[in-house]
Amino acid sequence: MRFVFKTNYDQDIRLFQHAGQMWTYLALFAVLLVAPAVVSSYMLSQLVFVFIYALVGVSLMILVGFTGQASLGHAAFLAIGAYTAAFMQAHGYTFATYFLLAGVLTGIVGLLVGFPALRLHGIYLLIATISFSFIIEELLARWESVTNGNEGMRVKTLELFGMEIGRNSDYFYYLCLGVLTVTIIVTLNIMRSPTGRAFIAVRDSETAARSMGVDIAATKVRAFGLSAAITGFAGALFAHKMTFLSPEMFTLQLSIEFIMVIIIGGSLGLHGAILGAIFIIMIDPLLTLLKDDVPLLIGSLAQAFGAGSERVKALEDGTQALTSTAGLKGVIYGLIIMLFILFEPFGLYGRWLKIKLFFQMFPLYKKSTFKRQKVYVKSERNR
Amino acid sequence: MLDFIQQLVSGVALGCVYGLIALGVVLIYKTTEVVNFAQGDLMMLGGFFAYTFIGILGLNYWLGFALAVAAMALVGMLVERLLVRPILGFPQFAIVMATIGLGFFLRSIAGMIWGTDDLKIDTPFSNGVVKFGDLVLADDKLSVIVATLILCLVLYLFFNKTRLGTAMRGTSENMLAAYYMGIPVKRVVSLVWAISAMVAACAGVLLAPITFIHSNVGLALGLASFPAAVLGGFGSIPGAVVGGIIIGVLQTLAGFYMAEGWKSVFPYIILLGVLLLKPEGLFGALGRKKV
Repeated sequence: MRFVFKTNYDQDIRLFQHAGQMWTYLALFAVLLVAPAVVSSYMLSQLVFVFIYALVGVSLMILVGFTGQASLGHAAFLAIGAYTAAFMQAHGYTFATYFLLAGVLTGIVGLLVGFPALRLHGIYLLIATISFSFIIEELLARWESVTNGNEGMRVKTLELFGMEIGRNSDYFYYLCLGVLTVTIIVTLNIMRSPTGRAFIAVRDSETAARSMGVDIAATKVRAFGLSAAITGFAGALFAHKMTFLSPEMFTLQLSIEFIMVIIIGGSLGLHGAILGAIFIIMIDPLLTLLKDDVPLLIGSLAQAFGAGSERVKALEDGTQALTSTAGLKGVIYGLIIMLFILFEPFGLYGRWLKIKLFFQMFPLYKKSTFKRQKVYVKSERNR
Repeated sequence: MLDFIQQLVSGVALGCVYGLIALGVVLIYKTTEVVNFAQGDLMMLGGFFAYTFIGILGLNYWLGFALAVAAMALVGMLVERLLVRPILGFPQFAIVMATIGLGFFLRSIAGMIWGTDDLKIDTPFSNGVVKFGDLVLADDKLSVIVATLILCLVLYLFFNKTRLGTAMRGTSENMLAAYYMGIPVKRVVSLVWAISAMVAACAGVLLAPITFIHSNVGLALGLASFPAAVLGGFGSIPGAVVGGIIIGVLQTLAGFYMAEGWKSVFPYIILLGVLLLKPEGLFGALGRKKV
């Protein structure tokens, strides 16, 4: 087991705790750099979606995971970023301009949402962000001079340094990878600065944070603004990836998917956002795979247990019918959310930490290290 | 003027449905501080059960109604036992997400079992009308209003006059203290979920002749019931119904008198207004702790 002996505070807030960590991440980055040469174009496209979802996941991690503010309105922030980018591009601005402006404008909207959110706690905040998202969705459908209403809006091909970058090209992949990497580094740096530590203080106890001199209002508004801005950047990339925007893409369903990213990934750190994004995006190809293979698998299993050929056929058809039902994805999504919250509240990253700790501590690992405290007397009504 | 009264009545009917869903949300919130985002989907499920008993099995309407309500009581208890009890005491956000997941699950399962077509059941109220002079009111809308009044009366008597009702109120005041006083808190919470699911089932069956039975009907209505609950003060049972009626009436009037598009967002605009100006709602007893 490696033990990092810390002798001063600078050592504690280092981005890489030891050299091994740095080499691991560099290796991962190198793998991602060569990925376009190796993987199929379909997988590359899925990876771009992973990056975009991971961006939103990072932004939600700042707001929900680190600051402890609930939000089910991030689809609306994504929409604002995407529509800003598309509108400005149509009016002849360059990518650098509208990309930055998409983030800044969404950040400003986030600040504006953050101010009323100061008075709201927990469930009220959640309902307020849902309402915000509904209102934005309706606005997109009605403000036809800008958004082209329900007919949707085409997004032109991205142009950067005089070069056209298609939605499926390698360059677009590198662009998304670059934006995600920069965002993660910036976020990590914010999280080790006084601002980031104030976020965590507000999450853990507002009373304690206030008594230590943290300006709660400013901290919450900052978290909202920062989170919205990152989602706005993601929105600009999303617009170019989809090449077509319409209001029904940015529904509550999408907000729930974003929240699923951090529930599945786990809210212990930024790793969670990435793992969650990978899970959410890769579940689609996985389901397609299941659709094709599971009936045959069940059939051959039944054959191995000595079922007659008619029986095998019936079983295969039955499973086929079940796996090709339209609602299957919804059932699986619902089950995943419920099962993760019931059995692994720390998500995939939490599970990874547990496994790592198990081997590090080998005979001495205690389950209760990760036990979550249950609170029955803290009343949301009296806060 | 006649138009206005017509719209008012259909607004009140819609509001009663919101109110009934909000009532279920508030009941659960009061006792366990769990906010149930799947309440609208429980309502949808109640409608499907009624369709199964009345439309498919061909039972008498009232018998089918009663069976659907009873079945939903079981579903409510099952949800409490399997999903809510293990995570009680966790951060509220986790619990809310679990109920959202439950909503997803119920919606898709209902779509898989009963298909995605619009279903309809024949009820005694389906096509009848009541005439007051020039005013023509549809039976199905009146039935919702009358049933809401009856349900409210029954629930009021239950909570204020019976032993079990008192136990539930005690649990909602302070779960730990209630436990020390010998109230079987687990059973009480389980029953609260059953009651709440039963109220949802009633709303679902009553709504069946007005909108069709469809697996997505619960989502919109369930979400729109939150403005009702917040307006009423999230935690006040009469507040939920009154809030529901106010929201329903304003929404219907907005749909009638204002431009297209206002109708669907109106409840949420009211909600944001209430949250900003008067977060404790109309009937709220929201205690404020000074930090």
